[in-house]
Amino acid sequence: MAIPAAHAGERSPGYLDAASSEPLHPAALEVLRGALERGHADPRRLHAAGRVARLMLDQARGVVAETLGVRPDEVSFTGSGTEAVHRGLLGLHRGRARSGRAIACSAVEHSAVLHAARWSGAPLLSLPVDRLARVDAEAAGRQVAGSAEPVALVAVQSANHEVGTRQPVAALAEELGETPLFVDACASAGREPLPVGWSVAAASAHKWGGPAGVGLLLVRKGARWRNPFPGDDRVDERSTGFENVPAALAAAAALQAVAAERAETAARQAALIDRVRAAVATAVPDVEVVGDPVDRLPHLVTFSCLYVDGEALVSELDRHGFGIASGSACTASTLEPSHVLAAMGVLTHGNVRLSLTRDTTSAQVDRFLAVLPGIVAGLRARVGL
Amino acid sequence: MSAVHLELDCRGQRCPRPVIELARHLGEVAVGEVVAVVTEDAAAATDVPAWCRLRSQEYVGQDVAEDGTPRQLVRRLS
Repeated sequence: MAIPAAHAGERSPGYLDAASSEPLHPAALEVLRGALERGHADPRRLHAAGRVARLMLDQARGVVAETLGVRPDEVSFTGSGTEAVHRGLLGLHRGRARSGRAIACSAVEHSAVLHAARWSGAPLLSLPVDRLARVDAEAAGRQVAGSAEPVALVAVQSANHEVGTRQPVAALAEELGETPLFVDACASAGREPLPVGWSVAAASAHKWGGPAGVGLLLVRKGARWRNPFPGDDRVDERSTGFENVPAALAAAAALQAVAAERAETAARQAALIDRVRAAVATAVPDVEVVGDPVDRLPHLVTFSCLYVDGEALVSELDRHGFGIASGSACTASTLEPSHVLAAMGVLTHGNVRLSLTRDTTSAQVDRFLAVLPGIVAGLRARVGL
Repeated sequence: MSAVHLELDCRGQRCPRPVIELARHLGEVAVGEVVAVVTEDAAAATDVPAWCRLRSQEYVGQDVAEDGTPRQLVRRLS
């Protein structure tokens, strides 16, 4: 069988959707090739091949721990970021069963967090955000303390996956005192250091340039986490199923490489995004550039164009060779607008999220900025505006 | 709820159509009067208030049309 033929724009430089998935880092590709050849065995087995797999898994765990500044025994590999979120949040909820039942989530959490919280059947508290998508740590602390139903845990992301706004995780942890914090760090892990103050956190390798199918579940030593799902007799009691050893090692290699490069990458990307924010607001009439302009992830920006159909905008940009995501209702399988944009109270239609890969160049951003005003004007002309 | 001077039937329309209709027809009522956008489009509950903020018009709130379809109410300020 053959893989689908290459299309123009499927990779950088036309691909501007790193927040959905960053192209595989060369360091990961190299390790993956080697590890696929040798990392096939069951890491629990006592034979030579098993020991090789076990060494690879331990090495992956060690590199991840060192890069993220956590202990190796706080790191578990899961089958995806979503699985890490589910196990992390629900396990913390189960571990806290004697202290409380309710789960408090920011209104702008990733749907994986919200789905897990709803699935638990627990009473839910939604922590509101401001127009920039930021949780108010003090107000959230008061809301949690004042809840009629005792709160088992609070879920707040490190930074928002759609608009980039960073959350005040450390300040919130201070406000919460004994109530533990679950932090979905999928949008920021690798790109930025983990925030402080969490008990359990989750991350996803393909967001930083590792392979898909690898998530990280991080459980602080001493955190009350209990497996919410059936146990498994694997190397690691917090994970389930046969570990994808080569992919875990490649994910660790990518994380290490991305973290080593991030001072340069983040500064370059933040400056490019500043340029996009300013240029879009100037060159496109009736546009709302959303999210915090400064205290944000370096590589992404979201804006909404009044009177424009988000699906049509994505298709037109794709036709011009740009791969870009949208939070508009017409682009979602549910036909619901992005709950993030709705919680912020900003326009949801005509929405696009541009997110830079580590290879996106200044020239590519310029080309995007050159074609965007004409595309928006053309779509508005179609509806007579 | 305020008296409605113009009701826009945007049933069955999807975003951004209801907001486009609102922009087209707001000028048909006098300043101080209210236009109602009738639509089941889930985006309208966010996009109509956001449009009012961007256009400096007043978002009055949401109620329902006679058939139960949600209505977004906008007062023309300028």
